[in-house]
Amino acid sequence: MSSRSPNKLARIGLAGAALLALGACDREERDTSRQPKPETISLASSDPRAKEYENSSFHISQGQRYYSWMNCSGCHALAGGGGMGPPLSDDEWRYGGRMEDIVQTILKGRPNGMPAFEGRITEQQAWQLAAFVRSLSAQPRQDVLPGRSDDISNAEPQTLEERRPQQSESNTTLPSAEKD
Amino acid sequence: MRRRLLPLLPLLLVGSACSVDGIQSVGGRDGQGGAAIADLFGIFLVATLLFAAVVAAFLGAAALRRRGRRADGIEDPEGSGTERPLKTGLIVWIAAVAIGLFGLTLASHLTDRSMARALPDPASALRIEIVANQWWWDVRYHFRDPSRDVRTANELHLPAGVPAHVTLKSNDVIHSFWVPNLAGKQDLIPGRITDLMLIPRKTGVYRGQCAEFCGMQHAHMALDVTVEPREAFERWRAHNAAPAVPPTNALTRAGYDYFTTRECSTCHAIAGTPASGQVAPDLTHFASRRSIAAGTLPMSRGHIYAWIADPQGPKPGNAMPYIGLEADELHAVAAYLESLK
Amino acid sequence: MTVLSGKDLPRDGEMLQGVALHARLEATWRREPGFWGWLTTVDHKDVARRYIVTALIFLALGGVLALAMRLQLAKPENALMGPDRYNQIFTMHGTTMMFLFAVPVMEAMSVFLVPLMIGTRAISFPRLNAFSYWVYLSGGLLLWVAFVLNVGPDVGWFAYPPLAGPEYGTGKRADVWAQMVTFTEVAALCISVEIVATILKQRAPGMTLARMPVFVWVSLVVSLMVIFSMPAVTLASGFLLSDRLVGTHFFNPFEHGDALLWQHLFWFFGHPEVYIIFLPGAGFVSEIVATFSRRPVFAYPAVVLAVVAIGLLAFGLWVHHMFATGLPRLGYSFFTAASMAVAIPSGIQIFCWIATMWSGRPRFEVPMLWVVGFIVTFVLGGITGVMLASVPLDLQLHDTYFVVAHFHYVLIGGAVFPLLGAFAYWFPKFTGRMMGDGLGRLSFWITFVGFHLTFAPMHWTGVMGMPRRVYTYPVGMGWDQLNLLSTAGAFVLATGVLLFLVNAAVSIARGRVSGPNPWDAAGLEWATSSPPPPYNFAHIPVVSSASPLWDNRHHLPVMTGLRVDDRELLLTTVMEAKPDLREPSPEPTIWPLVAAAATGGTFVASIFTPWAVVIGAVPVAAALTFWFWPKVAPTPEPVAE
Repeated sequence: MSSRSPNKLARIGLAGAALLALGACDREERDTSRQPKPETISLASSDPRAKEYENSSFHISQGQRYYSWMNCSGCHALAGGGGMGPPLSDDEWRYGGRMEDIVQTILKGRPNGMPAFEGRITEQQAWQLAAFVRSLSAQPRQDVLPGRSDDISNAEPQTLEERRPQQSESNTTLPSAEKD
Repeated sequence: MRRRLLPLLPLLLVGSACSVDGIQSVGGRDGQGGAAIADLFGIFLVATLLFAAVVAAFLGAAALRRRGRRADGIEDPEGSGTERPLKTGLIVWIAAVAIGLFGLTLASHLTDRSMARALPDPASALRIEIVANQWWWDVRYHFRDPSRDVRTANELHLPAGVPAHVTLKSNDVIHSFWVPNLAGKQDLIPGRITDLMLIPRKTGVYRGQCAEFCGMQHAHMALDVTVEPREAFERWRAHNAAPAVPPTNALTRAGYDYFTTRECSTCHAIAGTPASGQVAPDLTHFASRRSIAAGTLPMSRGHIYAWIADPQGPKPGNAMPYIGLEADELHAVAAYLESLK
Repeated sequence: MTVLSGKDLPRDGEMLQGVALHARLEATWRREPGFWGWLTTVDHKDVARRYIVTALIFLALGGVLALAMRLQLAKPENALMGPDRYNQIFTMHGTTMMFLFAVPVMEAMSVFLVPLMIGTRAISFPRLNAFSYWVYLSGGLLLWVAFVLNVGPDVGWFAYPPLAGPEYGTGKRADVWAQMVTFTEVAALCISVEIVATILKQRAPGMTLARMPVFVWVSLVVSLMVIFSMPAVTLASGFLLSDRLVGTHFFNPFEHGDALLWQHLFWFFGHPEVYIIFLPGAGFVSEIVATFSRRPVFAYPAVVLAVVAIGLLAFGLWVHHMFATGLPRLGYSFFTAASMAVAIPSGIQIFCWIATMWSGRPRFEVPMLWVVGFIVTFVLGGITGVMLASVPLDLQLHDTYFVVAHFHYVLIGGAVFPLLGAFAYWFPKFTGRMMGDGLGRLSFWITFVGFHLTFAPMHWTGVMGMPRRVYTYPVGMGWDQLNLLSTAGAFVLATGVLLFLVNAAVSIARGRVSGPNPWDAAGLEWATSSPPPPYNFAHIPVVSSASPLWDNRHHLPVMTGLRVDDRELLLTTVMEAKPDLREPSPEPTIWPLVAAAATGGTFVASIFTPWAVVIGAVPVAAALTFWFWPKVAPTPEPVAE
């Protein structure tokens, strides 16, 4: 009787899925707690928090939003190609390319123009930004990388041009575009 | 079948009647559009229920009708004597359904057209621009004299009887602007500008809500709408066009200092202070609003504390981070925000 | 009838009858023994049975998700689950029900019934049929394994970009959704092609188009609808995947793409989809009503024309899902009129079914109860559908719980009720046993009451302004009691469906043995044993009316002369069903399974890298090559006639 066997198959499939779930997918976790990850004192080169942020597509995509919101793109360009500031999408790092180095760069600032963001953003946000910055040069795992941001070329859609002449006096610039 | 269907009739009518008084209900007759829609709803309800009643009666009769004794076997359709009247019935039924639907289509079309015709010229209306963000509403009032402009968030004040032309845009994903008591919904689509005319007829307090699924906190993207007399609206406008109240005591002064120099001002703006972040709701007259975080919490001292202490508790996933304020900082910032009437 | 020539080959006919014939046919058509046979079978009845069982498992899973949602919404500000989990759950519920339950189960019913109803030995392209099942199964597993791993899609079953696009659809969740759609599209297209070919070329001699059972007409129309509508969503999900994976900009307004393009493509598929699910329900009802009223369905030409009309109109009203997007107003009136117009053919069908009962002598067996439940519920769903077609009303009601109520009335009332009726009706044909009557009646009443208890209150919650897809709602909106009522109703409804499934399980083991035609029905599927043998019919029946078993009560004429040493089918002409050709039907083989595994692997891997398409093409091509490799030279055969 053929109808019994698919049942069995499905059960095996589910059992397999459950097994896989034990090694679950942190990369998809929407960790909204925003409590900073507990800091464990470590003199080793790598901070344990690095992996947690870097292996989470959620944190990287949050970092992507902040990158544009905090106007990082103003100097480093939206895709990290550089401009007034150094490019972030290559493999050269003036002040170290590990997560904790980048977090330090963001929080403390660096000479020649990189401002210090300590106190202006939370530490959590700095880690998320750092994870995004590393994703610009494809450092984290392939399967957590975010997609491109839509407005990558910084152009206003043509469809946003005013349709009614009498509105031309109004300020229709989108807030996000104002910073760019 | 008839027995089962009949109780539904009064229920439907009661249902549409009891919804009139909600602050977020379709049956509301508080805006010009809303009234026409409620009338149309009534027409549709009565007409379609009439057809449903005919079907139910036919079904009930077909099931229960007494039949003469006949040799048990397959019905001979031609000989049974019911075939011809049923064929006539089918033709009458098709005609009735077609005429009914034509009438309803016409009613719908005429309502739509008359609503569109009744709209005043947008040039003469109050001009409001709403930009939707995940998950809050950025609201700006534009006037010929830019010094009269108002910027607020998650609330809308409208003078009764005055048409308001709302221009709708989105900063991220597709949202939908919907204040059911005043008008139908209109999507906000990135890359496009849409618009909507609101003509409130009655003063009152209403609620609007995002009606297109827009991500994690779609459920907490509401909008408080206050329709008030012209003079009251003008007072509100003048008050809200003014910069924020400066801090008056040591506690609010400390809150002001924290707000304008630390994390808060990176995203939020308060007019008249150095805080000028553009990616989060404008907080200039925060404490005068009816709710916090796009309708998530009612406005009160306790909820202000709760919100800034842990914004991810009541509205997980929203863009405001957990700051980790010390107790004295929390007191100060909350007191300052509460003073922003 | 014509006796085909070719003297040396064994054929059914006067020389070969009864037990000897059955033994020869059995040896030719049966599947290989054991597990291997289970993997390689191409028998349409085996494939359809496993399709149905799999779809029912997905129904149960989707139902559990529905209960979870109802629990969360039972009271305001409920903390049972957070937004992230809830959004995944409602997306999974919609996706599972639409793509993994409703469409596959309806197509599976066609796969099982159509060859029996038209009197042929096998479906056309049986290996494609087996392939289709394995592809469908992999798509379902992909979605559910992803869900268990917290990669379940959270963007709604409609996946509007930009929310599902590269910037806002974080991680792999939306990719899983889009790729699952690809799987189910491939599976559905395969079946549709088979059904169309089977119906047009394999009908029993004498079964002209005008003598086809209504359900066969429905299967034909639905399959053509799938063939015309699925490419739209194939295109859309392909665009979405390439936006997300390789940086194209189809839906990105900032680079001259358009977010609304998705909605047009999706609903151009999505609205016909609703009728693809509903029309088979109408087909079931037509068969059941005729059998239990003991007369052919009233005004058969009107019913068939109504089915065809719905199939055509379905393609002209997708914009009524987009009234709030701000498209030009004048065009809206056209879509309002088209949406309203669907009510005319639906009204014709309802009238004809009731007229069939009126002029016959209805026996209210369990399948008939489901039909009555269907008519009551579907009419109410139709009413709200007419309301939603009106632009001003839709602008208010769109995306509220009113719409949730509407489409559950139409989909559960209009498709699932008839489906459960069809299960009860054809259960003897599937299993050889009758379904329990007492439990059957009980499960109908509990399901019917539970359904209305769940979904009727949602009309009011919608009118009172509750939007869809919210994971919670504030206190004091007046929605509390209605939501609690819906939650309570959902559990009653689930109990009813569970009882139905229990009844089915018990009846498979212990039901009364049914015999070939327990309901004394008229269709050809009742002319063979229950369950049918692998070859369906010992002799191909010959049809001279629309109710063959009623009009030839004592002796159904047959035609003879098909080979019994090889899988041979009789092909007939498209319009008149005159004998045309004899055609070999493929043997069982493992290659459809291998090809499906290769295809599935390629699809899944291409979520992660576009190179998978290139690399995966190799095993897919290899499997297809072996699949189509000719093993023996076909015996030259004289053409009949």
